[in-house]
Amino acid sequence: MTLEALFIEPFEQFAFLRRALVACIILSVGGAPIGFFMNQRRMALVSDAMSHAILPGVAIAFLISGLSVWSLTIGGLAAGILIALFSVFLIRYTEIKEDAVFTLLFLLSLTSGIVLLSLKGSNIDLMHMLFGDILAIDNDALIFIASVAVVTLFSLACIYRGLVLDCFDPDFLSASGRGKLTRPVFFVLFVVNLVAAFQALGTLMALGLILLPAIASNFWTRQVNAAIILSIVIAIVSSYVGLLLSYHTNTPSGPMVVLICAAFCLCSVLLGRRGSFLVYARGRVQGN
Amino acid sequence: MADPLITLENLSVDYGARHALQNVSGIFHEGSLTAIAGPNGSGKSTLLKTLAGVIRPTSGKVVFTRKGKRAVAYLPQVSHMQRDFPISVEEMAMTGFYPIIGESAGVGNKRRLLVSKALHEVGLSGYEKRSIGELSGGEFQRALFARVIVQDAPIILLDEPFTAVDAETTSRLIRLLLKWHNGGRTVICVLHDLLMIKKYFPESMVLQGKCLGIGHTHNLFEQKLLSFDLDMAELQSAREASNHKHEHSHDA
Repeated sequence: MTLEALFIEPFEQFAFLRRALVACIILSVGGAPIGFFMNQRRMALVSDAMSHAILPGVAIAFLISGLSVWSLTIGGLAAGILIALFSVFLIRYTEIKEDAVFTLLFLLSLTSGIVLLSLKGSNIDLMHMLFGDILAIDNDALIFIASVAVVTLFSLACIYRGLVLDCFDPDFLSASGRGKLTRPVFFVLFVVNLVAAFQALGTLMALGLILLPAIASNFWTRQVNAAIILSIVIAIVSSYVGLLLSYHTNTPSGPMVVLICAAFCLCSVLLGRRGSFLVYARGRVQGN
Repeated sequence: MADPLITLENLSVDYGARHALQNVSGIFHEGSLTAIAGPNGSGKSTLLKTLAGVIRPTSGKVVFTRKGKRAVAYLPQVSHMQRDFPISVEEMAMTGFYPIIGESAGVGNKRRLLVSKALHEVGLSGYEKRSIGELSGGEFQRALFARVIVQDAPIILLDEPFTAVDAETTSRLIRLLLKWHNGGRTVICVLHDLLMIKKYFPESMVLQGKCLGIGHTHNLFEQKLLSFDLDMAELQSAREASNHKHEHSHDA
């Protein structure tokens, strides 16, 4: 088997594999920068809860109008924003602890979504919602994902300075009298990207391409711009490697892509240049 | 006496059911150098945040005689910042321009020069490209002071700038603070160290949920509202005593 046959031919041969790769690359470009800021804001857990929060919304949209990209998108967006507002309400007006809120809402949305889906859909529909179907992505979904990436990059450029300030010195941002829109715009971008990733990877894995590369990049560089670009690169490489491996080993594609992301992330935590286990271990050896 | 610059009118701030500040009134004069003292949880940081516009008062108001985007430079408590964020010392000092230039305007060579001068003034020349995560507590505080210099504001609000800072840095930052004061800027600073308050701050405000006293620091020491042998419990009883006084005056 030649190298070309191993690495390129599958994509030449099968249109569905090419489309999957294109979808993943576009998702990476928009999603990874969002993941970087979510991670820096210590919101990894929150984003996990939020990624499930869109399920009841897409379930209701599915019950009403089937598997259309646009209705699923509207349903997912509405549910994501409503659940987020509800969590703010609970945190502000009750004494429930913050992480407990997210556990509650995570399970509430996941289970209610599944129950709603089972009212009309089949098990296949349910699997589609939970795990996505990256090999069956249609034109509408591709166009949607691409639009999201464009809007995300453009909006991020418009709120970038405020967003950076909000990450490391939020009080200074509030005092500056500027950037009132920074947080809401960023949050909407996050939910929109979740919905986009959901089209490809389902609610259970939507975060994979968004958050895992961002966590990994933090172990290699301490520069914002470099970290964001590295996150995108890791996400794209994981997409390619994941799809290729899933093709050669005949395993499900979406989970394989996210698995490679997770492997990247784990290797970075253990072996990265900054703050990794390797750095810690070297420090110990030199210390003694 | 100089003109009133900031007037607090019956300022109250609640966090949910907890009253952080209750009916605080007082005046900060133009060009004054004021220490805000009081035990932990007495609302010092809350007052500063309200002045900076970070939180809104539940009732009452803060009146500024002079207004404008660049009017206030605010240095938040270090513990509220994320020290491991991947940003360099130079970039952090540059964020001082954000209130003025916002998202789109370029920084430009003139402003870059200001940043490099500011870093030089706090003794951080050569640290420009370092990540803020690599700085010691003292160096980080210096970088924050550099940002205050960059902001070039007539009103400067500092929240516990000398906590976890080495002696050399403290004396350097105090010199800077006095320079701002002598240059006619209005400086309001939250701090714990009574010795420092007595030595450097002509005016003080003593807080404990309410305003126990505001005025010349030496007067507050004479009234025992500020005292080296007062611990928190005694401050509490001092507060009750002053409440009683108020009640009596109401009776009369």
